[in-house]
Formats: sequence, structure tokens, C-alpha cells
Amino acid sequence: MTKYFIRRVLQLIVVAFIISVLVFLLVHLLPGDPSVTILGPNDTAQNRAILFHQLGLNKPLWQQYTTWLTAVFNGNLGQSYLNHESVTHIVATGAPIDIELIVISQVVAFAVAIPLALITSRRPNHPVDNVASTGTFGLLALPPFVIAPIMVAVFAVGLHWFPATGYVPFTQDPATNLHDMILPSLAITAGSIAVYYRLLRSDLISTLQEDFITMARSKGLSSRRIMWRHAFRPSTFSLLAAAGVNIGALLAGTFIVEYLFAISGLGYSLVQAVQQRDYLVVQGISLVVAIAYVVLQFIIDFLFTVVDPRVIRG
Amino acid sequence: MPDDSELQASRAPGQILTNRVPGQAAVDEMVLSRENETLESDDILVTKPLGFLFWMAIGWVGLVFLMAVFANLLPLPNPNFQNYSAINTPPGIHHLLGTDDLGRDLLSRLIFGARVSLIVGFASVAIGMAVGGTLGLISGFKGGALDTSLNAGSFVLLAFPAIVAVIAIVAFWGQSLLKITIIIGVGTIPLMFRVVRASSLSFANRDFVIAARTMGATTPRILFREILPNVIPVAVTFSLITVAGVIVLEGSLAFLGLSVALPTPSWGNLISEGTANGNLSINPYIMLWPAMAMFLLLLSINLIGDRMRQRFDIREGLL
Repeated sequence: MTKYFIRRVLQLIVVAFIISVLVFLLVHLLPGDPSVTILGPNDTAQNRAILFHQLGLNKPLWQQYTTWLTAVFNGNLGQSYLNHESVTHIVATGAPIDIELIVISQVVAFAVAIPLALITSRRPNHPVDNVASTGTFGLLALPPFVIAPIMVAVFAVGLHWFPATGYVPFTQDPATNLHDMILPSLAITAGSIAVYYRLLRSDLISTLQEDFITMARSKGLSSRRIMWRHAFRPSTFSLLAAAGVNIGALLAGTFIVEYLFAISGLGYSLVQAVQQRDYLVVQGISLVVAIAYVVLQFIIDFLFTVVDPRVIRG
Repeated sequence: MPDDSELQASRAPGQILTNRVPGQAAVDEMVLSRENETLESDDILVTKPLGFLFWMAIGWVGLVFLMAVFANLLPLPNPNFQNYSAINTPPGIHHLLGTDDLGRDLLSRLIFGARVSLIVGFASVAIGMAVGGTLGLISGFKGGALDTSLNAGSFVLLAFPAIVAVIAIVAFWGQSLLKITIIIGVGTIPLMFRVVRASSLSFANRDFVIAARTMGATTPRILFREILPNVIPVAVTFSLITVAGVIVLEGSLAFLGLSVALPTPSWGNLISEGTANGNLSINPYIMLWPAMAMFLLLLSINLIGDRMRQRFDIREGLL
């Protein structure tokens, strides 16, 4: 057990290190010139040289990397070239938005997908099952940028149930905050519902054919108890794996709803920084997102060991 | 000369179901389960008829393909021609699907836009499959140091948020159709590698492969005559699902103005235009048609992928 986790943590550190190098290289090998971002395209070569010296961009790459990494370990992700905003600050204000979007959308997705799968898997090809399966197939073909405008048109512009845009931090006004975040979260939840439902349903169907379920049935256990206590846990393997991939994809992948609903989370800040050639912001946010992704996979791996302790031996 | 028909007879329909050790497969599944997104696995070993819906789906994909290929031959106005005397006209006899806020024919833009979505979707996955698939096939079969290093490499690359890299590279390198296709194509390589590798690995030590080797078959022959035919169903099914994902990605890029440069239509560009400048309330058709076309295309591709998976007996969790 301990050995397994030590191994996993070591892997985590190695992967995180490689990712920091990749992020650094990605930003530095991209064509373009930070001095153009800062001074504009018409400044003199001399001023550019001075600026390069100030920013330390004339040093060898490995030195720039170690300087950056040391600063990162001190909690300093650098400063925006454009407005000198601290990247740490951008991350600190943006991350809660992403986390909230992801948490709400995933809670909704699980709350819909799990009960639905538990109901339909007991009778595959029953009309209810067919309707649910077809419906989720439809959800899968609705990307956020299709759902979101329709939702805004119907629920915000038409019915005035929700605001079309806007964001109030949760700490300031929890009720307004949740109210604002419902539409954006629902826009990204559709795909997750479909994936989770389909995976859990198919795994439940195969689990329900196992001997220990027949055993439980013959003991006279209630259907509900069999589903929750016996069938559910062994069927959550693919579900967990999919959740890991899915949430990982949402880490920087919520930029579309952030853009459409005008809330500036990490995803959209990153995209904006890329478009404005704001190198250090791109570098800082990419690093945070990539590390979050790796940590997420680590947590999912841990959950695997909870669902099935045999994983540790494997 | 080994008798292929005999060797291949030994390939059971449900091979992929074997070796499903939860622990071993856990990490692989984490990566591979991206494709589970559209799959379901009941009716294992039951050959269901492909069904009416399947042929409908094939029909729609085929129709979109034909339209896109022969767009120049169809009696359509230039998709970028702005007719200021016919702005925001509803669907009618002159403009079957209406016109947009600049008086451009929506049907024409829809059909020409299909080109971009289809090319980006299919060509980039083809690139990913050609490179990643080939590497995966060899790596899974050969094993050893090559496999270990490629496998670790693909893990790290997958941990890197692909969307970030794609946006960054598109933004800095340029946004022509060719470049976008190449960038996304390269981005799918590690995914394709993992899928094909896992599948190739599961066949590497099966009896029919060992039999072929015993009879003196060379490695390339085993790879292409024994392993490849078994890997193809998984690869094709997974590719289809990835195509759907890439089409969505093109749409997302379009919203950021990072898809093919305007005014060239792509479905992503069209949907994005349809939601901008209050178009959604003034003239919802601008967004409606491409959104519907994309919905039907994604639905069709997912459906075809799912039916193929059922037909080939690919287990959802392991693909």
C-alpha cells in the first residue's frame, strides 16, 4: 500500500517536472517576440536589447528555465507583459470559477447519470432504457457552443430565469453566484451525462450477470440493496476512468462557456493571453492547468484503489 | 507458406474481452476511455442487425460528403457574395435556407463550410492514425525498451492539456486549413498510439501469432497479416469517435476566431457568426442550420461508431 503510493508520487513528480519543461519550451519555441508585445512593432533595436536584458531573455534557455522554476516554487508565476498583472493573481481569481463550473456540472452529471443507469440497467432494451440511451446519444452530439446560445436565448433572453452574463464571487454573494453559474455549468454537463450514463449502464449490465449477484438474489436481498451495495461499486471502474479524462478535459476546456457567458476563468484567460502573445501568462496558466491535470489523475488512481484494492497488486 | 485462413480462423470474436485485469488496465482505460464516450456494451456476442438508424446515419454522412466534394458544381451562389438587397431574408425560393446579416446565401455557406469541418475532422485523424497507429502497432507487438519509452512519452503528452497546445500553436503559427489539420492531427497521435498499442499488445502473444512465427513468418508479415487485421476494427471505431471530437474542436476554435480565417465558412465559423452581434435574436437561422447540420453529423458519426463497436464486439471499457 505505502509502497504503491510512494511509487505513484514519484511518478507524479517526474511527470510534473517534464511538463514544466514542455510548458516552458512550448512558450519559448513559439514564433514571435515578447519585445513586440511590450514595445510594439516600431521600436528601435537598442531598446529591444535593453528590454531583453531586463527580462533576462538574453540568457541561455536552461538558465531562464531554472530562474522561472525557482520563482514558481516561491509562488511567483511572473507578471503579464501587457498590464503587469501578477500571473499568480490571475490564477487565484480565475481558478475558483473553473472549479465551480466543473464541480456543479459534474455533480449534476453524476446525479442524473447514476440513478438513470441503475434504473435502466436492470432491464436492458426495455422502452425506458431505449429512450434513455437514445436521449443520451443526442446529448453527446450537442457541443457546449451549440447548447449555450440556445440556453441563453430560451432561459435568459426569453424567460428571464437566469442572467445571460455576469459573475459575482461566491464569497461575496453565494446565492447570486450560484444563480449566475447554473446556465454555464449546465451547458458543459450534457456531454458528461451521456458518457457517464452509457459507461455505467453497460458495466452494470455485465456486473449483474456475475455469480455474486445471483447469490445475493438467492439470499433474498432486495433489488435496491443489490444494486447499491453489490452491483454499483464493481461497476464504477470505467466510470471513474472516464470522469478523470472528462474533468481533465474541462480544466482548460471550459473557455467556450466562459467566453459565451463573459466570465473570465482560467480557460478564457489562457486563450486571451495566447491571442495577445502574453507569454508569461500563457506559461503560468498552462503550468497550473497541466499540473492540476496530473494531480487529478493521481486522485483518480487513488479512487481506483478504493473501488478495487487489487489495483495495488497490479 | 503459412496458411492464413487457418490461422485467422483462430481469432475469436470476443478477444478484446480477455485479459481484463482491473489493475493492469486501469491506467490504460483512463486514457482509452475517452472513446467510451459513445459506446455501450450490452449484447456481447449477439449480432444485431445494423438497423434503419445506422443506414440513415450513413446516408447523412454520405450526403454531407457528396455536397462538400461537389460544392463547386452545385447551382449555388458564391458563399462569400454579399447581397445587400437581401439581408436576413427568411428561407424562401431564392435562398432556400435564407441569407445572413451580410446577405450571404446560408445554404451555400453551409455546404462550403462542410468542407472545412470534414477535412479537419477526417484528415487530422488520418494523420494521427497513420503515425500514432503505426507506432502503436509496432510498439505493442515488439515490446521492450522501445515500447516502454514510447508508452511513457505518450503518457506525458496526454497529461499536457492538448487544447492549450493546439490553441497556442494555431494562434502563433497561422490558421490555414492545412496548418489546423496538421496541428490537430499531430495532437491526436498519442491518443491513437495508446489505443492501437493496447490492442496490438493484446494480440501479440496469442496462439495464431505464435503459430505464424513458428512457421517462420517474418515480423513485418506477422504485423501486417496477423495483427493488423485484428487491430483495424478497434482503430476504425476509435477513429470515428475522434473525428466527432475533432469536429467539435474546430467549432470551439472558430469561436475564438482561430479556425480557418473569415470569411471562409466552416460550420464552427457559421455557428459563431450566428451567435455574434445579436444575430441569435434577429435571425436565428444563421446559427440554426449549421448547428443542426453539425448535430446530425455528430449523431451519425457516433451512431456508426457505436454500431461498428457492437458488430466487432469491442468491449466498451477496454477499447
